[in-house]
Order: sequence, then C-alpha cells, then structure tokens
Amino acid sequence: MKYVDEFREPEKAEAILREITKLSHQLEKPIKIMEVCGGHTHSIFKYGIEEILPQTIELIHGPGCPVCVMPKGRLDDAIAISQNHNVIFATFGDAMRVPGSKTSLLQARAQGADIRMVYSPLDSLQIARDNPDKEVVFFALGFETTAPSTAFTILQAAGEKIHNFSMFSNHVLVIPALKALLDNPDLQLDGFVGPGHVSMVIGSDPYQFISQQYNKPIVVSGFEPLDILQSIWMLLQQLVENRCEVENQYNRIVQKSGNTVALQAINKVFAVRDSFDWRGLGDIPYSGLKIQPEYAQFDAELKFIIPNLKVADHKACKCGEILKGVLKPWECKVFGTACTPETPIGTCMVSSEGACAAYYKYGRLSTIAKRTITQKPKITQEPLPACGFSSD
Amino acid sequence: MNISPTNPIQKIEKIRRRQTKVQDTHITLAHGSGGKAMRDLIDDIFVSNFDNPILSQLEDQASFNLAPLLQQGDRLAFTTDSYVVDPLFFPGSDIGELAVNGTVNDLAVSGAKPLYLTCSVILEEGLPVETLRRVAASMKIAAEKAGIQIVTGDTKVVHRGAADKLFINTAGIGIIPRGVNISAHNIKPGDAVIINGEIGNHGTAILIARGELALETNIESDCQPLHSLVETILHTCPQIHAMRDATRGGLATVLNEFALSSDVGIRLFEESIPVREEVNGVCEILGLDPLYLANEGKLVVVVPKKNAETVLSAMKLHPAGKDACIIGEVIPSPAGIVLLKTAFGAERIVDMLVGDQLPRIC
Repeated sequence: MKYVDEFREPEKAEAILREITKLSHQLEKPIKIMEVCGGHTHSIFKYGIEEILPQTIELIHGPGCPVCVMPKGRLDDAIAISQNHNVIFATFGDAMRVPGSKTSLLQARAQGADIRMVYSPLDSLQIARDNPDKEVVFFALGFETTAPSTAFTILQAAGEKIHNFSMFSNHVLVIPALKALLDNPDLQLDGFVGPGHVSMVIGSDPYQFISQQYNKPIVVSGFEPLDILQSIWMLLQQLVENRCEVENQYNRIVQKSGNTVALQAINKVFAVRDSFDWRGLGDIPYSGLKIQPEYAQFDAELKFIIPNLKVADHKACKCGEILKGVLKPWECKVFGTACTPETPIGTCMVSSEGACAAYYKYGRLSTIAKRTITQKPKITQEPLPACGFSSD
Repeated sequence: MNISPTNPIQKIEKIRRRQTKVQDTHITLAHGSGGKAMRDLIDDIFVSNFDNPILSQLEDQASFNLAPLLQQGDRLAFTTDSYVVDPLFFPGSDIGELAVNGTVNDLAVSGAKPLYLTCSVILEEGLPVETLRRVAASMKIAAEKAGIQIVTGDTKVVHRGAADKLFINTAGIGIIPRGVNISAHNIKPGDAVIINGEIGNHGTAILIARGELALETNIESDCQPLHSLVETILHTCPQIHAMRDATRGGLATVLNEFALSSDVGIRLFEESIPVREEVNGVCEILGLDPLYLANEGKLVVVVPKKNAETVLSAMKLHPAGKDACIIGEVIPSPAGIVLLKTAFGAERIVDMLVGDQLPRIC
C-alpha cells in the first residue's frame, strides 16, 4: 500500500530496534513509557512491538481510547435517549457494544430502539433529512480528533435549519486527562508517546507543560509500527541525553499549532464543561465538551429528559491502576475471568483499543506477560528520575 | 384424458392445465398462498431453471435411488445453510450463486462429492419478480458449474417488512468416498496449514457494495465452488487431516476452531498470508482485520508436513487454487490458541472474534 507499506518494513524496524537496544544499555534503570492513544495501543499489539523491545523498556497503555473512557452513566443516558418514541439514534460502530450499567446500545437495538450505525456524523444528518418526522440524535464522542467533524455537522445543520437533529455530546479533551494522570502520585512514567490524530488537530505545542512542568519527555507519534519504534527511539535519546522536550515524530501530519480551521469550529460550537466523569479515572475538571448555548437547539441534553445518573465503576476492576501503569492487566483479579471482551467490566476491556482488551486479544500469553510474572521485581523498580533531575 | 380441440369444455381444461408465466411484476402474498399463482411462480422460475427429472416430478420430496450412490462412497454428507446477504447482487456474485456454492463447499470440505441441493426461498411481498428470476438463473448456472441438481424446494411469501427482500436456504447431500476421513479433530503438531488464495475479498466486496462508505474499489467476491479443487487435493493426498471453507468469521475463526477441536496450537506467518492491497486499505480505514473478513471461495487445508509441498503444487495447478500457499504450522502448544508471527518477528494471539467486527471511531 502506498504511503503505508513504507512504514512497515521489517528491515527498517530491525535497524531502529538495534539503535533502541544500544540506547537502552545506557539507561540506568528500566523505564516506563505511556502511549496515550488507543490507536497506538492497537498497533503495538497488532505488530507485537512490545515483545521485540528490550526488557528494560515497558509500555504503559494510557486512557486514549474514547470508547473505553465513556462512563456507564453516560451510556445509560444514551440508551435512555434512544428509547424515546420517534427517535433515531445514530452512533459509531464501536460504541455499540460498550456496556452501560444494565445494557448496551446493541442490546437496546435488539429490544426495539431504532439505533443505526454511521461512519460519520454527516451520515446522521442525512438520516435527519430523510426522516423529517423523526428526531435524529447523534452520539458524539471522541477526543479532539472527532470533535471538528461533529462541530462542522452542527454548523451545517444550523445552516440548513434542520430542526429534527441533535447531538448527545460526550467529547473529551486529552490535555486535562494527561494533567490528571501526571498529578497522580501513583504514576510511574518516564515519558509519553503522544497521540497522533489528536495532535493533528491541537498541534504539538499544547504538550509543552508535560516537559516544562512535569519534566517528562513526549514524542508525538504516527500509528504505523515504524512511527512508534522511531518515537520510542527519540524518547530514549532524550532520556539518555538528559533532555526533556516535546518532539514531533509525526511531522508529516502534525503541525506545532495544529489545524486552525478545525480548532475554530470546535471553539465555535463547543464549550468546556466544568467537569466530566471518565470511566476508570473518575471526574476530571474541564475535560469534556458541551454544546454552546447558541446551538442549544442541537443539544440532545436539552431536548430530551435524560437520567444523568453517575454509576460507579465495578469495585473489582483495576482499570484506574492499569491506566496509571501501577498494575498490568493480568494483575487484575477479574481479567480474563469475569471481565472478558464478551463481558467487559472495566474501561480497559471495553474496546479492542483498551489495554486489557488488547492483552486479552493479542497477547495474554505473550512473553511480556510471562516475563513480568516470573521476573516481577524487575519491573516494579522505581522508574528513572524525571529527566533534568538525573542522579548523575 | 384425451383433449379434443373442438370440445369447449376440453378447451377450457387445456387452458387450465397449461403452464403459464408469472404475469405480475412484483411478488404478492398470492405467490405464497399455495394456489395457482404459486404454482405458476414455481413452474416459471424454479422448475424451468433447475430443470431435472427429480424436481419435475413436483412431489413433496425428492426421491432417488441408493444403488448408484453406494457405488460412489459409504457415507452421506448432509448440510444446510441460509443466505441473507445484503445487497442481493454485489461485485463478482449474488445471493443465488452464493446459496449454491456455499452449500456445495460445505459438502466438499468433508471430501464429499456434492450431488443434490434443496432450495427454499422466503420472499418479501413487493420483491420485483425480475429480481427473483435473476437469482434463480444465477442458481441454475452455479448448479451446472458445480455438477449438482436442485431437486426440491419451498416458497414462502411474507408481508412487506417481515423479511429483507429475499432469503434463501439450501440443504445439500453428497457422498463421501470410502477411506476419506477429514475432520477438525485429526490435526497433529507438525502439520502444515495451506490456504487456496487471497483472504477477505468477499467481505470487502460486500462492505463496499452496501454503498455506506464513500469508497471505490474493483474488489470482487471470491464466490466459487471448491468441490473440484477438493477432489484434486484428495487425489494428491487422501490422508489430509482437516479442511474447512473460511466463510463468515474468516480465516481466524476456522483456525481457532481447528486449534480447539484438536487441542493443538497453530502458528501463522503474517508475511505468507495473501491479502490484496485494496483489502488491506479498506481494513486500515475502517479498523478491521482481514483475518476475520468473510470469504466464499477459500478453503483451509491442514496436511501432514511431508505432504505439504505436493498438495500445494497440485492446488496451484487448479484454477481455484492457483494462489495457494502455506501460511502456518501446527504446534503442540499453546493448545487451543492461534498465534501470528508478525513481520517484525514478534508473536501475538489471533483470537476468536467477539460479535461482529465494528468499524472504529478513529
């Protein structure tokens, strides 16, 4: 595939891996790197990247899958909207199986709700045009990656004066989530592989606080295996050279200041919520987007009565600790037993891009799992001191 | 009764008995009522297309002699499948051809020679008769290619909205030759895993044909009968251990079933699995995995390692197996697990699919 195969060449991967291994020998202690984005988690497992890395480099799979972090209460709200008489509820496919507190959208559809899978928010607007006697609600979710397209859809609906269309906004923001993670005293990380798609919209500049305030390096990365390997190599270089910067590996797509047009659309249509509940992480201030009052007619939260109840995560579920890198998926008591992709309990098992689901699906017998189980003391060592404060 | 052309009663009787064509442009509830309209539909569309001596008896069942069957083998293979594909017509094939080849292939992968099919249709009121005619004509051609006869059937019409246009069920009977014992339980460590060509073409063709994606490709379904290829394989190596067509759930599902049935591990080599560039492209865009995409003309063969190259060479000489290749090996452990050796030398699990593959957000 043009522009794809070039980033999957095993020979090149081998060359980068040799460099990574060389650098890893210069590390004083094992390190933990978090990839924030679910797309990275998916690629890492699909290509077995974690397994070919030196043992001293451990990857922690962060909260970057928008479907995984949807709290049960919001799913319940979505299902409640879909059950309104006369409503057509439109959603992306991967939200269909995410469990609420009692049921999922897939089950709600089987029970009679008119729920349709779409590939873009504009498809849901077309459903509204085609069904003027129905109320069409789009389940808007995702990070800054998908927020621009939902914003443009609302602007288009407003322009066309479509009255039977609204959105249930569950968009979340990556920066507050990263801040919440970094503020957590349990966090054991030495650096970040930054999200590529989100950064395409917000740019790489917004991550400066990570290096400046928290003294952790971050490299914004593409999604192909060579992208990820190169990003890890760049992170290692920073750590070994005692640097702490925001670097951009994905510069074929990501600009420093992001995509102005997309950001303007987001700012025009959405306002930041005071707080938003994340599955596995709890309430995070200023981390969600709601629809601006100017576009209130397209806000499903104002158009429909919704339960708006907060539902606690399951007590046995250790997703919070897994997302922070404190625990590995298989160290959670319910992993692979009560909590499986068929019956997910926690955020990390919900979509295939979650850490637990990825381990379950791709690597529950991986050498990483075996290695970690048999050599546990090795990875529970303290991480390297934050860069810039090295002991040497 | 001898009918005289001059006797008016007899003239009426002649007209009453004549075989008529369906005049309606769309299926109505009358076509499933059991009366004249249904008889006309059966005669005009099914009997005329599937023409054979057993069907033309129009009994409630098909009957055939056992003696010639016994000469061909010592066991019957019997299977059934229902076809509910949307759209009915898609690049490279249609529901009619699918309904014949699908059941033929289910018989063939047991080593059986497919002989007879049934054809049961559920029609939605309002279906254009022309659509049904096209589907029946397609079934006729597919049956001829597969060398089988469609010998009995059933027609039901349901109210508009109670079914999606047209559903077909086909059941099939075949004869398994003496000495052939193919089963998912026979697989042994050391065996080689072979596939007869590219995976995921059918699943991708259907996805694109639904028109929900603004994507254009020239991918066609791989729908084809596999009985002749199976015959070639068995001729080359009667001791093959297991064989299955990789339809819904794709290659990954078949291999997981194999691994669980024989309690062995299977290791696939990512670089050896043939996938078209366009299929990979569509999968990239939608976040799907070609290993789980449906096929309609692909079979997976598990053979003792010593026979692998001979079987492969024979398959490559057959039109349905020209792109065949060895894609994996059977290993003693981890039992019940399928592993994939990636291009980077890492190994990961290829698990059973949970639910349908759903396109991801980003």
